[in-house]
Amino acid sequence: MIPELGRAAVLLGLAACSIGAVTGIWAGKTGRTDIWKYTRWMAYIFMGAISIAVALMEYALITHDYSVKYVSEIGSNETPLTFTIVSLWSSLDGSILLWAMILATWAAVFAYKMRSKHPEHAPWALGSILLVGIFFTFLVSGIANPFTRIPEPLSNGPGPNPLLQNHILMVIHPPTLYLGYVGMTIPFGMACAALLSGNLSTGWARAMRRWMLVPWASLTVGIILGGWWSYEVLGWGGYWAWDPVENASFLPWLTATAFIHSSMVMERKEHLKGWTIALVMSTFLLTLLGTFMTRSGVFNSVHSFTQSPIGPIFLVFLGFALVVSVILLAARVDKFTPSKHNWEGPLSREIAFLANNLLFAAFTFTVLLGTVYPLLNEVLTDVQISVGEPYFNRMSVPICLAIVFLMGVGPALPWGRGTAKALISRLIIPGSIMLLIGAGCLLAGLREPVAILTFSVSGFAGVVTLQELFEPGMQRAKATQEPLLKSLLTAWRIGHRRAGGYIVHFGVVIIAVAIAASSVYRSETEMTIREGSSKSFMGYDISYVGTERVDEPHRWSRVARFQIEQDGRDLGLAEPRLNHYKKSNQAIGTPTVISGLDEDLYLSLVQVDAEGKMASLSIVVEPLVWWLWFGGGVMLFGCIVSGWPVRKKQAAA
Amino acid sequence: MNDTEAKKRRWYLVGAIAVASSALGIIAFGNIGENLVYFWDPSQVVAAGDKSIGATIRLGGVVETGTVDWNPDANELEFIVTDGSETVEVHCSGAPPQMFREGIGVVVEGTMTKSGIFKSDRLMVKHSNEYKAPSEGESVEELYKTVEKL
Repeated sequence: MIPELGRAAVLLGLAACSIGAVTGIWAGKTGRTDIWKYTRWMAYIFMGAISIAVALMEYALITHDYSVKYVSEIGSNETPLTFTIVSLWSSLDGSILLWAMILATWAAVFAYKMRSKHPEHAPWALGSILLVGIFFTFLVSGIANPFTRIPEPLSNGPGPNPLLQNHILMVIHPPTLYLGYVGMTIPFGMACAALLSGNLSTGWARAMRRWMLVPWASLTVGIILGGWWSYEVLGWGGYWAWDPVENASFLPWLTATAFIHSSMVMERKEHLKGWTIALVMSTFLLTLLGTFMTRSGVFNSVHSFTQSPIGPIFLVFLGFALVVSVILLAARVDKFTPSKHNWEGPLSREIAFLANNLLFAAFTFTVLLGTVYPLLNEVLTDVQISVGEPYFNRMSVPICLAIVFLMGVGPALPWGRGTAKALISRLIIPGSIMLLIGAGCLLAGLREPVAILTFSVSGFAGVVTLQELFEPGMQRAKATQEPLLKSLLTAWRIGHRRAGGYIVHFGVVIIAVAIAASSVYRSETEMTIREGSSKSFMGYDISYVGTERVDEPHRWSRVARFQIEQDGRDLGLAEPRLNHYKKSNQAIGTPTVISGLDEDLYLSLVQVDAEGKMASLSIVVEPLVWWLWFGGGVMLFGCIVSGWPVRKKQAAA
Repeated sequence: MNDTEAKKRRWYLVGAIAVASSALGIIAFGNIGENLVYFWDPSQVVAAGDKSIGATIRLGGVVETGTVDWNPDANELEFIVTDGSETVEVHCSGAPPQMFREGIGVVVEGTMTKSGIFKSDRLMVKHSNEYKAPSEGESVEELYKTVEKL
């Protein structure tokens, strides 16, 4: 039954989505409220139908119904329940179904929130969003149909890719990333609406920014969780390798971040309208490009990707979306009313935002170039190559340093026209701290320019950020004679959007320091230890106790035990393991991370000999890694503060 | 500020951005050229001769039977990689991964040295989702598809 019911639900979703796309555009053109209402209902039905399809798929996965194609490809009777549930997103067809459901949910929430707002724009926007929905639902109903009936089902399946059932982060990392990735469709639809209606009001610009905030926050958290996952699972002690899959998530993040900044210039000064719209559209196009790159197998080889029909279809849709975006932009952008404001002087907040945007554009270009270069090269010359990590590191370090530095300068500049004198007086303290940190690093014996520059520039930006966070409340306390804490809280509540933004900046500063420290001061080695003996590395004494075999229904593991001591202090037992999954000839490691506020000790088991007498370990010691995850939490907290719905009355109090 | 002045300023800005972006383009392309990683099999490495010295290469092939020598104390792993027609001697720093054995498909990343020995510090073992020994003469392209961490 499930294959037929699932297909029916998807087809219902496809029908609702298609009708809604047509009526949305119709309602936008005619301004008829009855048709607009009808469109909103189509969005609700779309969400309902696809959610039912997902529920059916989960039911099939949990009950091991191998007559469903997707279950037969990814399920197994031995996989633990948690990983059976999350295997919805461990392979292509299921993840496109999840994609469709998240898109449908976004569309329905958008329809509901817009039910009595922005009548001039909202129908256009929902129509465009549903138009995108047609594509994904079409994939789920046809080529990537996960519900296809298997005529003679087997009684067991292969189980998910071992790498994807090895860590609990797999439960939340992909959905978070998808929430952000797919959510970029909403601002894209809103940008289309602005172009189609030929009018970009301040209210609509502000709404667009709000609808970007949640996807942006999800994407941020998703990227950091992805880094955490690879750190905890892949066994090489790193969290970022400029892998195409990682770049695919990072590229739209870059353009979305640029948008969040340029949209402030658009709101305040009505400048950069076309540019801001272009950024929203690029963000969406980059999510499509990223999905194409990661899901079509094109990175194994350009020639192998045609084996699955998904790749070429994605490419066609990407091309279609690109052409439509460019035409819309070219044809309609001059309809926007020009700004009444002048660019007044070089020392102004808007110029700082402009510089920020140019840096983010440059960053996007470099990462995009490095990511697609191997593909273009293979198409043109038929030679397989890849672009090495040093390219990305060398290009991104100066750009990132400039961005962090600008995070310190920008907030110190006023809108309109600033003076050099005022700027200097605002930056004298942070600037001195920057120099002090630099000198301190040199005195402490640090000699690596990248680390010293990052620490001092981050210190500079961090101090400016703290100034901006605390100054409004302190001024308020002086003026009202209220207790300091009360004034601070009131000021943060009133200016929560601003305060949230600065909290995010502070998170970025923490992450910048953590990345510089953990990559520059990383030490690694490989060693082989005999049972009962010990070796030391970077102040850690590691003794090999022995290896035990542990059996579970879906896998068996070699668990090696090491007693760890640091300067005579007992840090307990580390148990890195190698897992052998049924129906797979891989050995997937589970490294042990002994995490501290100052540094992490990372142990990953390379191999154990047949009798368990000798164990080979790969060992990494890297400072401040923990702060990377903490900084991610700070960024999320900042987004929540910034986007928290505060009622107008309260805010005015 | 009058209109012509504003227009002039805008052109300056456009000019500056054009210069900056072409500079970025030149730097980026130059940098990419220096950091390319080539995907080669032993025949291509042998055919390239001296040209392969110094470049970063991902060498793919099968570990020849009877050539594996691991010294746990020096942490040095030596073996010969073959594609059926040509062979390359590989010296790897580090222990062999658990699934490493003779006759298995591997990809090693490193550089060719003047002495004709391929030095590597990154060894990846081919895996597939079914239990089967890698077939004789399997193409390198196939190998890349199923190798760990690629």
